Amino acid sequence: MAQQTQQLPPGPPRNSGAVPRAKANNFSALLHRSPRLRLAALLTAPAGWLVLVYIAALAALLITAFWTVDTFTGEVSTEWTTENIVTVLTDPVYQRITLRTLWIAVAVTVIDMILALPIAFFIAKVAPARWEKLLVVAVLMPLWASYLVKAYAWRNVLAEGGLLEWLGAPIGLSSPGYGETAVILTLSYIWLPYMILPIYAGFDRVPDSLLEASGDLGAKPLTTMRLVMLPLLVPSIIAGTIFTFSLSLGDYITAQIVGGTTQMLGTVVYANVGAANNLPFAAAVSLVPIAIIMFYLFIVRRTGALNNL
Amino acid sequence: MRLSRGAKVVLGVITALVLLFIYIPLMLVVVNSFNADRTFGWPPKGFTLEWWAKAFDSPGVREAVLSSLWVAVVSTLISLVLGTLLAISLQRYKFFGRDVINLLVILPIALPGVVTGIALNNMFTTILGVPLSLWTVVIAHATFCMVTVFNNAIARLRRTSAGLEEASADLGAGVFTTFGLVTFPQLRSALLAGGLLAFALSFDEIIVTTFTIGAGETTLPIWILQNLFRPNQAPVVNVVAVVLIVVSIVPIWLAQRLSGDSVGVSGARVKADGH
Repeated sequence: MAQQTQQLPPGPPRNSGAVPRAKANNFSALLHRSPRLRLAALLTAPAGWLVLVYIAALAALLITAFWTVDTFTGEVSTEWTTENIVTVLTDPVYQRITLRTLWIAVAVTVIDMILALPIAFFIAKVAPARWEKLLVVAVLMPLWASYLVKAYAWRNVLAEGGLLEWLGAPIGLSSPGYGETAVILTLSYIWLPYMILPIYAGFDRVPDSLLEASGDLGAKPLTTMRLVMLPLLVPSIIAGTIFTFSLSLGDYITAQIVGGTTQMLGTVVYANVGAANNLPFAAAVSLVPIAIIMFYLFIVRRTGALNNL
Repeated sequence: MRLSRGAKVVLGVITALVLLFIYIPLMLVVVNSFNADRTFGWPPKGFTLEWWAKAFDSPGVREAVLSSLWVAVVSTLISLVLGTLLAISLQRYKFFGRDVINLLVILPIALPGVVTGIALNNMFTTILGVPLSLWTVVIAHATFCMVTVFNNAIARLRRTSAGLEEASADLGAGVFTTFGLVTFPQLRSALLAGGLLAFALSFDEIIVTTFTIGAGETTLPIWILQNLFRPNQAPVVNVVAVVLIVVSIVPIWLAQRLSGDSVGVSGARVKADGH
């Protein structure tokens, strides 16, 4: 409908050119009489796009995972086989990569949770009101900076002779160099704001009066936190973990930039699309993070976390 | 709950440290783009504008900027049209299958970028046999950019009443006149904000792009990725990275001022994953 409107002369309905106007009026009247037709005109293009482009692509991905590649021609052959799936699940190489990816995602999630809780609490409940908005913006802004640039920035920080070495030298620490630790550090950095924001929103929703009541009844701050605040915060924290966990699971650019030789599920997918040219196998590997994320969402759906996204 | 002064100070210090942790790496890229030392060790050894001049003179960079702009503009336009249509149909009509479509819309942002990327790559190359190009990137970007426009538009529609549109129709305005004079003016700033977000998303998207771009084509993020591991290109990479930071943050800042709706987490989610 928006498209059709743009074809009309702009502004209020001044009559310019009687014939097209009359046609448009007829069409407009037709649409006015039939809400179903109106809905169809609105919905066809976007729903068609989503189904034809995205849903079809996901379905095709699932199907392709059961195909194979002709070793001579390099073409995808449409013979059905479960070989790819079996390899991904049973080959020790891919089991190790799956476990490593899971470990990285869990480590990133835990680190971000530990960093996010105090800062979110400070912004929501301790900082003076006029600082609150400013601090939220300060956390939000870099979140929007390019993901690639952030990974690149950490490549600089961790570089030999870079900032981290310089900072660590006086206390006898050195840069971990490029590898698994670097991946965990960088991913924690990149996804941290995604953990801070839902937890901040969670703290913000806890009424101050509740905390005061708890204090008046004699609870020490730590007791109030444990017995009053934490239970109310669980959905927000889980919402944050959904971000950090699933975003880390699918990552491959960070692993490429600061990971050295570290392989994650995403790296295997990318290698099989590009150099190895084995799309069916890449498709099979990509089903692993999808399955893990679906499983995680299934577990946490009862906590109400999904409404906090 | 009364926190002691000490506890407040400790929390404040932690917050300050985390903010430093958030900003220092980005500032380092900015500083390095002026760092005269080619190895970019810390501390910097001198100030130079040479890398900026070099970046402006580089034909590769200029071409990549143009491709990125083209992709971002076209996908933003497509997603504006589709996102608006979708928001109006889901907000103003009740119909069978509405919940399903509601779920479909968030899928492109609920699954990691690598899944979206390989799904579309597989669709184009294996199933349809379409050669990858900048157009395939546009199709991919429009699919997740649509979600930001949709989110902004539907949030606005929820706050405006369908009664105004009914009144307009009762007073004899045609369907298109009502859209042009009643619905669109209410949506305008939300669409502008959604469009800016979509633009910023598309401009620095890397993950889905690597899976859907044709051989020989480069967008700005692809250019960075290709030159990242070449030591003699490092100075120019720093400059391009700074440009990316600015181009992605400014539209977001504008969008936030315009919409009044929070473009926070759900928008960010799109950013991260569509990415």
